[in-house]
Amino acid sequence: MTIAETQTALSATGLAARRVVNWGVVADHAILIAGSALMIVPVVIAFLTSTWDPVTIHREGLQYLPGGHFLDTYGMVIFHGTGFTGEVNGMTMMVNSLILGFGFSVGKIVISMMAAYAIVYFRFPFATISFWAIFMTLLLPLEVRILPSYEIVQEMGLTNTYTGLILPLIASATGTFFFRQFFKSVPDELVEAARIDGAGPVKFFIDILIPLSRTMIAAIFIIMFVYGWNQYLWPTLITTDEHYFTLVRGIKQILQVWIGSQIPDYNEAMALAILAMLPPVVVVIVFQSWFVKGLTESDK
Amino acid sequence: MAHVTIDRVSKDYQAGIRAVNSVSLDIRESEFIVLVGPSGCGKSTLLRMVAGLETITEGEIGIGGRVINHVDPADRDIAMVFQNYALYPHMTVRNNMAYGLKNRGMNRADIEKRVAEAAAILRLEDYLERRPRQLSGGQRQRVAMGRAIVREPAAFLFDEPLSNLDAKLRVEMRGEIKLLQKRLGTTSIYVTHDQLEAMTMADRIVVLNGGRIEQIGTPLDVYRQPQSAFVASFIGSPAMNLITARGENGNLVIGDQTVVMDGAMTVPDGPVTLGVRAEDMKPAEPGATADLELAIDYVEELGAGRLVHGHVGDAKLALSTPSGEPLSDPLPIVFDRQRLHLFHAETGRRL
Repeated sequence: MTIAETQTALSATGLAARRVVNWGVVADHAILIAGSALMIVPVVIAFLTSTWDPVTIHREGLQYLPGGHFLDTYGMVIFHGTGFTGEVNGMTMMVNSLILGFGFSVGKIVISMMAAYAIVYFRFPFATISFWAIFMTLLLPLEVRILPSYEIVQEMGLTNTYTGLILPLIASATGTFFFRQFFKSVPDELVEAARIDGAGPVKFFIDILIPLSRTMIAAIFIIMFVYGWNQYLWPTLITTDEHYFTLVRGIKQILQVWIGSQIPDYNEAMALAILAMLPPVVVVIVFQSWFVKGLTESDK
Repeated sequence: MAHVTIDRVSKDYQAGIRAVNSVSLDIRESEFIVLVGPSGCGKSTLLRMVAGLETITEGEIGIGGRVINHVDPADRDIAMVFQNYALYPHMTVRNNMAYGLKNRGMNRADIEKRVAEAAAILRLEDYLERRPRQLSGGQRQRVAMGRAIVREPAAFLFDEPLSNLDAKLRVEMRGEIKLLQKRLGTTSIYVTHDQLEAMTMADRIVVLNGGRIEQIGTPLDVYRQPQSAFVASFIGSPAMNLITARGENGNLVIGDQTVVMDGAMTVPDGPVTLGVRAEDMKPAEPGATADLELAIDYVEELGAGRLVHGHVGDAKLALSTPSGEPLSDPLPIVFDRQRLHLFHAETGRRL
């Protein structure tokens, strides 16, 4: 056999070997597909069900095929004012939810970045104690301190305002902790170089630290936006005026209040749930790619 | 350009640790001063005090005749190059260089001009729009230099700027920095632990040990006339041989052998440390009287020459000889009498 022949023979075996089914890979994919299905199928069913009329849903339960009421239902949910005043529709709730989500996450990021900046870069009395005091609040989630929180917000007359909705939720030990860890990893030389370059504390924060933290900001924004968007207990307590209702809260209102004839509007509840899911999904997708890009490119 | 005066400067860290102990140093205009010493000798602390990044516990530092003890680093008219470059990772090369000027409120056209000049000097014109992570180590180093140059400061401060580069690049950058400093004529203080960098770059070397100045002098001074056993062992490669000896009637006794001095240098009676560089001794000519008989341990071949390691009694010695000559063992050796150094056995001061 010549060398060329040997090579052909070898590559032929190689091809043959490649055609053999690799059961390990198949098993891996089966597991992954099963996992994804577990996540996606309920959402798909909710969506499919939402395209049917409430009578069918009430009679037959969940639907597995698309129905013919997509435009009616979603048009109704988004644009048709209902509730006591008849002025609240899906759009207004969506806007409220966005205000809460953005206000909550941006507020948290701003406050915790500034707190972390103070803790890491400035020597002030009781700095360590302050940090641990902030950290301790992790042990006291909103549910634990809900009565005093409500009392304060109510006394300040902030019920049924966006401020009352957002402000008490803003203080964030987690955010402060993450930013503190991140700032500590920024080399001292960078601070020193900036000092020699004539950048004061504010300039350093804005010109150097914030741009450096953008991956961190993106990561925390994702987490906090979704967390804020999904808030249920606090908005329920603090907003009694329909104009301040958020999407997440509105879903429940449909089943309780929006009763057309005797049958609850299951289709509208499903549609609203689907709509409520979309913005966080968009935020996660957009910021996640940015976040990953930042992570892989980062060098301090 | 300015002269820098360091007058009896000390630095205490908490818990009474004295990092720098009453150091005085006058740096002339346009001089290239290298602070060299082992880690923990206080060289970086001293530099950082000049930069204003550390407070000064005692003493005064002046730049261009102005005491700057309590002046903000930004107002000291200095520029610093850091070991890890400390470039702003999110800014382009251009912005990295321009940042300090912008903060000083210089107008755009002047900034542009200065950055362009610096980029031309440092051959960075093609990289101005890149970010630091897209540059090689040597290029980053040059950007860090550029950031210092555009400021046109009274003094450059270098804090081990070449330590992060590989050996070949280090030699190259060493030359570039030296050339640049000569061309700009800016007073420079350069900190390194590498005695070779100190020797090759400095106008004057300051050898520091334990927070004190051991010796100040030109590279050749420090090499030829080390004022202490520490300087002798620190400067030069291979390190100077330091041999425990005893003075007896003007002669040196090493182990059980005696080096007859014939009055070539005054040797005090009692224990002394003899310093001799590897190149300042050679194998004795056949028939000539040898100073010492060296028992050879091993030989390092270096190509251009070789280093013979051996011992006399307990004392270890290394001498360099040309490659290729046959060596007898034990090897009779003679010292260059003019190049012997004697140090106090306890204080290590030159005798």
